[in-house]
Amino acid sequence: MSNPQHLQYTEEHEWLTAADADGVSTIGITQHAADALGDIVYVELPEVGSTVTAGETCGELESTKSVSDLFSPVTGEVTEVNEDVKNDNGLVNSEPFEGGWLFKVRVEATGAVLTADEYTALTNPSA
Amino acid sequence: MSSLRLTALDALHRALGATMTDFAGWDMPLRYGSEREEHLAVRTKAGLFDLSHMGEITVAGPQAGEMLDHALVGFVSALGVLRARYTMICAEDGGILDDLIVYRLREDAFLVVANASNAQLVLDELIARAKGYNAVVSDDRDAYALIAVQGPESTEILAGTTEADLPGLKYYAILPAQVAGRDVLLARTGYTGEDGFEIFCNPGDAEQIWQALTEAGADRGLIPCGLSCRDTLRLEAGMPLYGHELSTDLTPFDAGLGRVVRFDKTTNDGAFVGRKALERAAAEAEANPPRVLVGLVSEGKRVPRAEYTVVSTDGEPIGRITSGSPSPTLEKPIAMAYVDAAHATPGTTVAVDVRGKHEPVQVVALPFYKRAR
Repeated sequence: MSNPQHLQYTEEHEWLTAADADGVSTIGITQHAADALGDIVYVELPEVGSTVTAGETCGELESTKSVSDLFSPVTGEVTEVNEDVKNDNGLVNSEPFEGGWLFKVRVEATGAVLTADEYTALTNPSA
Repeated sequence: MSSLRLTALDALHRALGATMTDFAGWDMPLRYGSEREEHLAVRTKAGLFDLSHMGEITVAGPQAGEMLDHALVGFVSALGVLRARYTMICAEDGGILDDLIVYRLREDAFLVVANASNAQLVLDELIARAKGYNAVVSDDRDAYALIAVQGPESTEILAGTTEADLPGLKYYAILPAQVAGRDVLLARTGYTGEDGFEIFCNPGDAEQIWQALTEAGADRGLIPCGLSCRDTLRLEAGMPLYGHELSTDLTPFDAGLGRVVRFDKTTNDGAFVGRKALERAAAEAEANPPRVLVGLVSEGKRVPRAEYTVVSTDGEPIGRITSGSPSPTLEKPIAMAYVDAAHATPGTTVAVDVRGKHEPVQVVALPFYKRAR
Protein backbone atom coordinates (compact mmCIF):
# COMPACT_ATOMS: atom_id res chain seq x y z
CA MET A 1 0.00 0.00 0.00
CA SER A 2 1.23 3.51 -0.57
CA ASN A 3 0.50 6.55 1.53
CA PRO A 4 -0.31 9.58 -0.65
CA GLN A 5 2.52 12.11 -0.57
CA HIS A 6 0.25 15.16 -0.37
CA LEU A 7 -1.22 14.12 3.00
CA GLN A 8 0.10 14.47 6.53
CA TYR A 9 -0.14 11.60 9.02
CA THR A 10 -0.24 10.90 12.76
CA GLU A 11 1.12 8.10 14.90
CA GLU A 12 -2.52 7.22 15.61
CA HIS A 13 -2.88 6.29 11.92
CA GLU A 14 -4.99 9.24 10.84
CA TRP A 15 -4.32 11.35 7.77
CA LEU A 16 -5.18 14.99 7.13
CA THR A 17 -5.09 17.31 4.16
CA ALA A 18 -3.39 20.68 4.13
CA ALA A 19 -5.96 23.32 5.10
CA ASP A 20 -7.94 24.69 2.13
CA ALA A 21 -8.71 28.39 1.43
CA ASP A 22 -11.25 28.37 4.29
CA GLY A 23 -8.72 26.84 6.67
CA VAL A 24 -10.50 23.47 6.63
CA SER A 25 -8.69 20.11 6.74
CA THR A 26 -10.19 16.76 5.81
CA ILE A 27 -9.37 13.85 8.12
CA GLY A 28 -9.53 10.09 7.75
CA ILE A 29 -7.75 6.90 8.77
CA THR A 30 -4.97 5.28 6.77
CA GLN A 31 -5.11 2.15 4.67
CA HIS A 32 -2.76 0.57 7.21
CA ALA A 33 -5.28 1.26 10.00
CA ALA A 34 -8.25 0.09 7.93
CA ASP A 35 -6.48 -3.16 7.06
CA ALA A 36 -5.51 -3.75 10.68
CA LEU A 37 -9.07 -3.22 11.89
CA GLY A 38 -10.74 -5.46 9.32
CA ASP A 39 -14.36 -4.98 8.27
CA ILE A 40 -15.64 -1.82 9.92
CA VAL A 41 -19.20 -2.17 11.19
CA TYR A 42 -19.84 1.06 13.08
CA VAL A 43 -18.46 4.56 12.86
CA GLU A 44 -19.14 7.24 15.46
CA LEU A 45 -18.04 10.68 14.30
CA PRO A 46 -17.95 14.00 16.14
CA GLU A 47 -20.97 16.25 15.70
CA VAL A 48 -20.91 19.10 13.21
CA GLY A 49 -20.40 22.32 15.16
CA SER A 50 -18.58 20.62 18.04
CA THR A 51 -14.97 21.40 18.86
CA VAL A 52 -12.33 18.68 18.70
CA THR A 53 -8.90 18.84 20.30
CA ALA A 54 -5.65 17.60 18.78
CA GLY A 55 -4.59 14.28 20.30
CA GLU A 56 -7.94 13.66 22.01
CA THR A 57 -10.60 11.11 21.12
CA CYS A 58 -13.53 12.40 19.08
CA GLY A 59 -15.28 9.21 17.99
CA GLU A 60 -14.85 5.51 17.55
CA LEU A 61 -14.43 2.89 14.88
CA GLU A 62 -15.82 -0.54 15.51
CA SER A 63 -14.79 -3.57 13.46
CA THR A 64 -15.85 -7.20 13.67
CA LYS A 65 -13.13 -7.87 16.21
CA SER A 66 -12.40 -4.63 17.99
CA VAL A 67 -13.26 -1.09 18.98
CA SER A 68 -10.79 1.73 18.38
CA ASP A 69 -10.88 5.32 19.48
CA LEU A 70 -10.77 7.91 16.76
CA PHE A 71 -8.30 10.71 17.60
CA SER A 72 -8.40 14.18 16.14
CA PRO A 73 -5.06 15.31 14.70
CA VAL A 74 -6.15 18.95 14.94
CA THR A 75 -7.98 21.40 17.20
CA GLY A 76 -10.95 23.30 15.82
CA GLU A 77 -14.62 23.26 14.91
CA VAL A 78 -16.07 20.32 12.99
CA THR A 79 -17.59 21.68 9.77
CA GLU A 80 -18.76 18.47 8.11
CA VAL A 81 -18.87 14.70 8.64
CA ASN A 82 -19.02 12.06 5.93
CA GLU A 83 -22.64 10.88 5.87
CA ASP A 84 -21.77 8.32 3.17
CA VAL A 85 -19.46 6.54 5.59
CA LYS A 86 -22.17 6.43 8.26
CA ASN A 87 -24.43 4.63 5.78
CA ASP A 88 -21.73 2.47 4.20
CA ASN A 89 -19.00 1.69 6.73
CA GLY A 90 -17.22 -0.40 4.08
CA LEU A 91 -16.03 2.80 2.38
CA VAL A 92 -13.45 3.16 5.14
CA ASN A 93 -12.03 -0.23 4.19
CA SER A 94 -12.30 0.13 0.43
CA GLU A 95 -11.09 3.71 -0.08
CA PRO A 96 -9.81 5.13 3.20
CA PHE A 97 -7.91 7.99 1.52
CA GLU A 98 -10.81 9.10 -0.69
CA GLY A 99 -14.52 8.30 -0.33
CA GLY A 100 -13.85 6.93 3.16
CA TRP A 101 -12.80 10.27 4.67
CA LEU A 102 -14.36 10.87 8.09
CA PHE A 103 -14.70 14.54 9.08
CA LYS A 104 -13.59 18.09 8.32
CA VAL A 105 -12.30 20.66 10.81
CA ARG A 106 -11.62 24.41 10.59
CA VAL A 107 -8.12 24.17 11.97
CA GLU A 108 -6.98 26.34 14.87
CA ALA A 109 -3.99 24.21 15.84
CA THR A 110 -2.36 21.05 14.58
CA GLY A 111 -0.81 18.33 16.75
CA ALA A 112 2.32 16.35 15.92
CA VAL A 113 2.23 15.16 12.31
CA LEU A 114 4.41 13.03 10.08
CA THR A 115 5.23 13.20 6.39
CA ALA A 116 4.16 10.35 4.12
CA ASP A 117 7.69 8.94 4.17
CA GLU A 118 7.94 9.16 7.95
CA TYR A 119 4.57 7.45 8.33
CA THR A 120 5.52 4.72 5.86
CA ALA A 121 8.70 4.12 7.86
CA LEU A 122 6.64 3.93 11.06
CA THR A 123 4.26 1.29 9.74
CA ASN A 124 6.75 -0.69 7.70
CA PRO A 125 10.13 -0.40 9.44
CA SER A 126 11.83 -2.98 7.19
CA ALA A 127 11.06 -1.12 3.95
CA MET B 1 7.08 -13.87 16.51
CA SER B 2 9.69 -16.61 16.28
CA SER B 3 8.28 -18.33 19.36
CA LEU B 4 4.90 -18.90 17.69
CA ARG B 5 4.21 -22.35 16.31
CA LEU B 6 3.63 -22.53 12.57
CA THR B 7 1.21 -24.94 10.90
CA ALA B 8 2.17 -27.07 7.91
CA LEU B 9 0.20 -24.61 5.74
CA ASP B 10 2.04 -21.50 6.92
CA ALA B 11 3.74 -20.72 3.59
CA LEU B 12 0.40 -21.04 1.77
CA HIS B 13 -1.30 -18.62 4.16
CA ARG B 14 1.44 -16.06 3.57
CA ALA B 15 1.23 -16.53 -0.21
CA LEU B 16 -2.52 -15.92 0.07
CA GLY B 17 -1.85 -12.66 1.92
CA ALA B 18 -3.49 -13.74 5.18
CA THR B 19 -3.56 -11.47 8.20
CA MET B 20 -2.09 -13.71 10.89
CA THR B 21 -2.78 -13.74 14.62
CA ASP B 22 -1.34 -15.37 17.72
CA PHE B 23 -3.92 -17.92 18.80
CA ALA B 24 -2.92 -20.01 21.83
CA GLY B 25 0.72 -19.83 20.79
CA TRP B 26 0.06 -20.65 17.13
CA ASP B 27 0.49 -18.21 14.26
CA MET B 28 -2.90 -18.69 12.59
CA PRO B 29 -4.78 -17.00 9.73
CA LEU B 30 -7.21 -14.44 11.16
CA ARG B 31 -8.62 -13.57 7.74
CA TYR B 32 -7.47 -13.57 4.13
CA GLY B 33 -9.62 -10.68 2.90
CA SER B 34 -12.94 -9.53 4.33
CA GLU B 35 -14.03 -11.62 7.31
CA ARG B 36 -17.64 -10.81 6.45
CA GLU B 37 -17.25 -12.25 2.95
CA GLU B 38 -15.57 -15.33 4.41
CA HIS B 39 -18.46 -15.77 6.83
CA LEU B 40 -21.08 -15.45 4.09
CA ALA B 41 -19.16 -17.86 1.83
CA VAL B 42 -19.47 -20.56 4.51
CA ARG B 43 -23.19 -19.85 4.92
CA THR B 44 -23.96 -19.88 1.18
CA LYS B 45 -21.13 -21.78 -0.60
CA ALA B 46 -18.09 -23.12 1.24
CA GLY B 47 -14.99 -22.13 3.18
CA LEU B 48 -11.60 -23.79 3.66
CA PHE B 49 -9.98 -23.59 7.09
CA ASP B 50 -6.61 -24.51 8.58
CA LEU B 51 -7.38 -25.78 12.10
CA SER B 52 -4.03 -27.41 12.74
CA HIS B 53 -3.79 -25.69 16.12
CA MET B 54 -6.39 -28.08 17.55
CA GLY B 55 -4.93 -30.60 20.02
CA GLU B 56 -5.16 -34.27 19.02
CA ILE B 57 -4.67 -36.89 21.72
CA THR B 58 -5.00 -40.61 21.07
CA VAL B 59 -6.17 -43.00 23.79
CA ALA B 60 -5.68 -46.67 22.91
CA GLY B 61 -5.76 -50.00 24.67
CA PRO B 62 -8.19 -52.65 25.87
CA GLN B 63 -9.55 -50.31 28.58
CA ALA B 64 -9.47 -47.07 26.56
CA GLY B 65 -13.26 -46.72 26.67
CA GLU B 66 -13.52 -47.34 30.41
CA MET B 67 -10.63 -44.97 31.05
CA LEU B 68 -12.35 -42.17 29.10
CA ASP B 69 -15.63 -42.89 30.91
CA HIS B 70 -13.70 -42.26 34.13
CA ALA B 71 -11.84 -39.20 32.82
CA LEU B 72 -14.64 -37.40 30.93
CA VAL B 73 -18.29 -36.64 31.71
CA GLY B 74 -19.58 -38.49 28.62
CA PHE B 75 -20.45 -42.17 28.15
CA VAL B 76 -17.57 -42.71 25.74
CA SER B 77 -17.47 -46.52 25.79
CA ALA B 78 -21.06 -46.57 24.50
CA LEU B 79 -20.01 -44.73 21.35
CA GLY B 80 -20.15 -46.79 18.16
CA VAL B 81 -16.95 -47.39 16.20
CA LEU B 82 -16.37 -44.52 13.70
CA ARG B 83 -18.82 -42.26 15.52
CA ALA B 84 -18.08 -39.00 17.34
CA ARG B 85 -19.45 -37.19 20.40
CA TYR B 86 -19.24 -33.72 21.91
CA THR B 87 -18.18 -34.01 25.55
CA MET B 88 -16.26 -32.29 28.35
CA ILE B 89 -13.49 -32.92 30.83
CA CYS B 90 -14.22 -31.55 34.31
CA ALA B 91 -12.25 -31.05 37.50
CA GLU B 92 -13.22 -32.84 40.74
CA ASP B 93 -15.19 -29.71 41.70
CA GLY B 94 -17.23 -29.96 38.50
CA GLY B 95 -15.55 -27.00 36.78
CA ILE B 96 -15.11 -27.37 33.03
CA LEU B 97 -11.47 -27.92 32.03
CA ASP B 98 -12.24 -28.15 28.31
CA ASP B 99 -14.88 -29.15 25.82
CA LEU B 100 -13.87 -31.93 23.45
CA ILE B 101 -14.85 -33.98 20.45
CA VAL B 102 -14.12 -37.68 20.90
CA TYR B 103 -13.98 -39.91 17.82
CA ARG B 104 -13.99 -43.69 18.21
CA LEU B 105 -11.49 -44.87 15.60
CA ARG B 106 -11.56 -48.56 16.58
CA GLU B 107 -13.03 -50.72 19.31
CA ASP B 108 -9.92 -49.95 21.37
CA ALA B 109 -8.79 -46.53 20.12
CA PHE B 110 -10.19 -43.01 20.47
CA LEU B 111 -9.09 -39.65 19.08
CA VAL B 112 -9.71 -36.83 21.55
CA VAL B 113 -9.63 -33.31 20.07
CA ALA B 114 -9.02 -30.52 22.59
CA ASN B 115 -8.89 -26.76 22.18
CA ALA B 116 -5.41 -25.47 21.41
CA SER B 117 -5.40 -23.33 24.54
CA ASN B 118 -6.16 -26.34 26.76
CA ALA B 119 -4.45 -29.16 24.90
CA GLN B 120 -1.48 -29.50 27.27
CA LEU B 121 -3.73 -29.47 30.33
CA VAL B 122 -6.06 -32.06 28.80
CA LEU B 123 -3.10 -34.24 27.85
CA ASP B 124 -1.65 -34.04 31.38
CA GLU B 125 -5.05 -34.78 32.95
CA LEU B 126 -5.71 -37.74 30.68
CA ILE B 127 -2.27 -39.20 31.43
CA ALA B 128 -2.92 -38.79 35.17
CA ARG B 129 -6.43 -40.19 34.95
CA ALA B 130 -5.26 -43.21 32.91
CA LYS B 131 -3.37 -44.62 35.93
CA GLY B 132 -4.66 -48.09 36.74
CA TYR B 133 -6.23 -48.56 33.30
CA ASN B 134 -4.83 -50.66 30.48
CA ALA B 135 -4.83 -47.67 28.12
CA VAL B 136 -2.09 -45.50 26.61
CA VAL B 137 -2.50 -41.75 26.16
CA SER B 138 -0.43 -40.31 23.28
CA ASP B 139 0.29 -36.71 22.38
CA ASP B 140 -0.53 -36.62 18.65
CA ARG B 141 -0.59 -32.85 18.24
CA ASP B 142 2.33 -33.00 15.82
CA ALA B 143 1.03 -36.09 14.05
CA TYR B 144 -1.92 -34.33 12.45
CA ALA B 145 -2.68 -31.25 10.47
CA LEU B 146 -6.41 -30.42 10.41
CA ILE B 147 -8.18 -28.93 7.40
CA ALA B 148 -11.92 -28.17 7.39
CA VAL B 149 -14.29 -27.66 4.48
CA GLN B 150 -17.52 -26.10 5.73
CA GLY B 151 -20.65 -24.92 3.97
CA PRO B 152 -23.51 -26.20 1.82
CA GLU B 153 -21.22 -26.98 -1.14
CA SER B 154 -18.79 -29.02 1.00
CA THR B 155 -19.94 -32.45 -0.14
CA GLU B 156 -19.76 -31.61 -3.84
CA ILE B 157 -16.33 -30.03 -3.44
CA LEU B 158 -14.88 -32.86 -1.38
CA ALA B 159 -16.31 -35.39 -3.86
CA GLY B 160 -13.88 -33.97 -6.42
CA THR B 161 -10.93 -35.12 -4.30
CA THR B 162 -12.01 -38.46 -2.82
CA GLU B 163 -13.69 -41.76 -3.63
CA ALA B 164 -15.02 -42.00 -0.06
CA ASP B 165 -18.74 -42.60 0.44
CA LEU B 166 -19.66 -39.07 1.47
CA PRO B 167 -23.46 -39.51 1.52
CA GLY B 168 -22.85 -42.53 3.78
CA LEU B 169 -20.72 -40.50 6.19
CA LYS B 170 -23.23 -39.24 8.75
CA TYR B 171 -23.02 -36.11 10.89
CA TYR B 172 -20.66 -36.81 13.80
CA ALA B 173 -19.06 -39.81 12.10
CA ILE B 174 -15.48 -40.42 10.93
CA LEU B 175 -13.94 -42.60 8.23
CA PRO B 176 -10.40 -43.54 7.22
CA ALA B 177 -10.27 -42.38 3.59
CA GLN B 178 -8.06 -40.95 0.88
CA VAL B 179 -8.30 -37.28 -0.05
CA ALA B 180 -6.12 -36.09 -2.94
CA GLY B 181 -4.52 -39.53 -2.88
CA ARG B 182 -3.38 -39.16 0.74
CA ASP B 183 -4.49 -41.22 3.73
CA VAL B 184 -6.62 -39.16 6.11
CA LEU B 185 -9.27 -39.42 8.77
CA LEU B 186 -12.35 -37.79 7.29
CA ALA B 187 -14.94 -36.57 9.79
CA ARG B 188 -18.32 -34.95 9.26
CA THR B 189 -17.97 -32.44 12.05
CA GLY B 190 -17.47 -28.70 12.35
CA TYR B 191 -17.93 -25.54 14.34
CA THR B 192 -19.82 -23.33 11.93
CA GLY B 193 -23.46 -24.44 12.04
CA GLU B 194 -23.16 -25.71 8.45
CA ASP B 195 -22.69 -29.13 6.93
CA GLY B 196 -19.02 -29.84 6.46
CA PHE B 197 -15.99 -32.00 6.94
CA GLU B 198 -12.84 -32.01 9.00
CA ILE B 199 -9.80 -33.76 7.53
CA PHE B 200 -7.09 -35.02 9.88
CA CYS B 201 -4.00 -35.58 7.75
CA ASN B 202 -0.26 -36.03 7.93
CA PRO B 203 1.27 -32.53 8.13
CA GLY B 204 3.44 -33.40 5.13
CA ASP B 205 0.29 -33.98 3.05
CA ALA B 206 -1.54 -30.84 4.16
CA GLU B 207 -0.43 -28.58 1.29
CA GLN B 208 -1.40 -31.11 -1.36
CA ILE B 209 -4.83 -31.65 0.21
CA TRP B 210 -5.41 -27.90 0.63
CA GLN B 211 -4.49 -27.27 -3.02
CA ALA B 212 -6.67 -30.13 -4.29
CA LEU B 213 -9.65 -28.78 -2.34
CA THR B 214 -8.94 -25.25 -3.56
CA GLU B 215 -9.02 -26.48 -7.17
CA ALA B 216 -12.11 -28.65 -6.63
CA GLY B 217 -13.89 -25.72 -5.00
CA ALA B 218 -12.91 -22.98 -7.42
CA ASP B 219 -16.13 -23.25 -9.42
CA ARG B 220 -18.28 -23.62 -6.33
CA GLY B 221 -17.37 -20.46 -4.46
CA LEU B 222 -14.92 -22.03 -1.99
CA ILE B 223 -12.61 -19.45 -0.42
CA PRO B 224 -9.98 -19.72 2.33
CA CYS B 225 -11.38 -18.61 5.68
CA GLY B 226 -9.68 -17.45 8.86
CA LEU B 227 -10.37 -17.78 12.55
CA SER B 228 -12.24 -14.45 12.66
CA CYS B 229 -15.16 -15.79 10.66
CA ARG B 230 -14.95 -19.13 12.44
CA ASP B 231 -15.75 -17.22 15.63
CA THR B 232 -18.74 -15.36 14.17
CA LEU B 233 -20.02 -18.56 12.53
CA ARG B 234 -19.94 -20.48 15.81
CA LEU B 235 -21.51 -17.55 17.64
CA GLU B 236 -24.45 -17.40 15.23
CA ALA B 237 -24.82 -21.15 15.66
CA GLY B 238 -24.95 -20.69 19.45
CA MET B 239 -21.91 -22.88 20.01
CA PRO B 240 -19.87 -22.20 23.16
CA LEU B 241 -16.19 -21.26 23.05
CA TYR B 242 -13.89 -22.23 25.90
CA GLY B 243 -12.66 -19.15 27.74
CA HIS B 244 -15.88 -17.33 26.86
CA GLU B 245 -19.01 -19.38 27.59
CA LEU B 246 -17.08 -22.19 29.31
CA SER B 247 -14.52 -21.96 32.12
CA THR B 248 -13.26 -23.69 35.23
CA ASP B 249 -15.66 -21.49 37.25
CA LEU B 250 -18.65 -23.07 35.55
CA THR B 251 -20.06 -26.60 35.47
CA PRO B 252 -21.72 -28.01 32.35
CA PHE B 253 -25.07 -27.37 34.11
CA ASP B 254 -24.23 -23.69 34.60
CA ALA B 255 -23.54 -23.50 30.86
CA GLY B 256 -26.88 -25.08 29.97
CA LEU B 257 -25.04 -28.16 28.68
CA GLY B 258 -25.93 -30.61 31.45
CA ARG B 259 -26.98 -33.10 28.78
CA VAL B 260 -23.32 -33.95 28.16
CA VAL B 261 -22.99 -35.28 31.72
CA ARG B 262 -23.95 -38.95 31.67
CA PHE B 263 -24.87 -40.01 35.19
CA ASP B 264 -26.27 -43.18 33.57
CA LYS B 265 -22.81 -44.55 32.73
CA THR B 266 -22.50 -48.22 33.68
CA THR B 267 -18.70 -48.53 33.57
CA ASN B 268 -16.48 -47.98 36.64
CA ASP B 269 -19.62 -48.55 38.79
CA GLY B 270 -20.83 -45.21 37.44
CA ALA B 271 -17.94 -43.31 39.01
CA PHE B 272 -16.15 -40.56 37.07
CA VAL B 273 -14.06 -37.50 37.88
CA GLY B 274 -16.32 -34.74 39.16
CA ARG B 275 -19.44 -36.89 39.62
CA LYS B 276 -20.28 -35.81 43.19
CA ALA B 277 -19.91 -32.11 42.46
CA LEU B 278 -21.82 -32.43 39.22
CA GLU B 279 -24.74 -34.18 40.98
CA ARG B 280 -24.96 -31.20 43.31
CA ALA B 281 -24.70 -28.80 40.36
CA ALA B 282 -27.49 -30.63 38.55
CA ALA B 283 -29.78 -30.42 41.61
CA GLU B 284 -28.93 -26.75 42.10
CA ALA B 285 -29.60 -25.94 38.45
CA GLU B 286 -32.99 -27.66 38.77
CA ALA B 287 -34.07 -26.05 42.05
CA ASN B 288 -32.48 -22.65 41.88
CA PRO B 289 -31.17 -21.82 38.44
CA PRO B 290 -28.31 -19.34 38.70
CA ARG B 291 -27.48 -17.22 35.69
CA VAL B 292 -28.64 -18.60 32.37
CA LEU B 293 -26.81 -18.51 29.05
CA VAL B 294 -28.97 -16.57 26.59
CA GLY B 295 -28.75 -14.91 23.22
CA LEU B 296 -29.03 -11.13 22.84
CA VAL B 297 -29.87 -9.23 19.67
CA SER B 298 -29.45 -5.47 19.32
CA GLU B 299 -31.40 -3.20 17.02
CA GLY B 300 -28.57 -0.66 17.23
CA LYS B 301 -25.18 -0.77 15.57
CA ARG B 302 -22.82 -0.79 18.54
CA VAL B 303 -21.64 -4.26 19.43
CA PRO B 304 -21.96 -5.82 22.90
CA ARG B 305 -18.52 -7.35 23.50
CA ALA B 306 -17.20 -9.99 25.88
CA GLU B 307 -17.04 -8.79 29.52
CA TYR B 308 -19.51 -5.95 29.03
CA THR B 309 -22.19 -5.76 31.74
CA VAL B 310 -25.82 -6.62 31.01
CA VAL B 311 -28.24 -4.37 32.88
CA SER B 312 -31.99 -4.38 33.43
CA THR B 313 -34.16 -1.61 32.02
CA ASP B 314 -33.75 -0.04 35.51
CA GLY B 315 -29.99 -0.02 35.03
CA GLU B 316 -29.27 -2.79 37.59
CA PRO B 317 -26.44 -5.19 36.66
CA ILE B 318 -28.00 -8.58 35.82
CA GLY B 319 -25.33 -10.35 33.80
CA ARG B 320 -22.23 -10.42 31.70
CA ILE B 321 -21.53 -10.78 27.97
CA THR B 322 -19.38 -13.79 27.07
CA SER B 323 -19.12 -13.29 23.28
CA GLY B 324 -20.40 -10.56 21.00
CA SER B 325 -20.02 -9.61 17.37
CA PRO B 326 -21.79 -8.12 14.42
CA SER B 327 -23.75 -10.95 12.81
CA PRO B 328 -23.19 -11.05 9.05
CA THR B 329 -26.28 -13.27 8.61
CA LEU B 330 -28.70 -11.30 10.80
CA GLU B 331 -27.02 -7.98 9.94
CA LYS B 332 -27.34 -6.97 13.60
CA PRO B 333 -25.06 -7.14 16.61
CA ILE B 334 -25.51 -10.39 18.54
CA ALA B 335 -24.10 -11.69 21.80
CA MET B 336 -24.21 -14.54 24.24
CA ALA B 337 -24.48 -13.64 27.91
CA TYR B 338 -25.04 -15.14 31.33
CA VAL B 339 -28.02 -13.28 32.84
CA ASP B 340 -30.07 -13.71 36.02
CA ALA B 341 -32.84 -16.27 35.48
CA ALA B 342 -35.50 -13.61 36.10
CA HIS B 343 -34.41 -11.81 32.93
CA ALA B 344 -33.66 -14.85 30.77
CA THR B 345 -37.02 -15.39 29.08
CA PRO B 346 -36.89 -14.86 25.31
CA GLY B 347 -38.59 -11.59 24.42
CA THR B 348 -37.37 -9.79 27.54
CA THR B 349 -35.82 -6.40 26.85
CA VAL B 350 -32.61 -5.68 28.74
CA ALA B 351 -29.63 -3.46 27.96
CA VAL B 352 -25.88 -3.70 27.62
CA ASP B 353 -23.47 -1.14 29.00
CA VAL B 354 -21.50 -0.37 25.85
CA ARG B 355 -18.68 1.82 27.10
CA GLY B 356 -20.93 3.86 29.36
CA LYS B 357 -24.09 3.97 27.25
CA HIS B 358 -26.95 1.54 27.82
CA GLU B 359 -27.89 -0.01 24.48
CA PRO B 360 -31.23 -1.87 24.49
CA VAL B 361 -31.11 -5.53 23.45
CA GLN B 362 -33.64 -8.32 23.33
CA VAL B 363 -33.21 -11.77 24.87
CA VAL B 364 -33.65 -14.49 22.24
CA ALA B 365 -33.47 -18.28 22.26
CA LEU B 366 -30.21 -19.80 21.01
CA PRO B 367 -29.06 -20.44 18.35
CA PHE B 368 -29.31 -17.22 16.34
CA TYR B 369 -28.96 -19.21 13.14
CA LYS B 370 -29.98 -22.75 12.22
CA ARG B 371 -29.40 -24.08 8.75
CA ALA B 372 -32.29 -25.46 6.71
CA ARG B 373 -31.92 -29.24 6.43
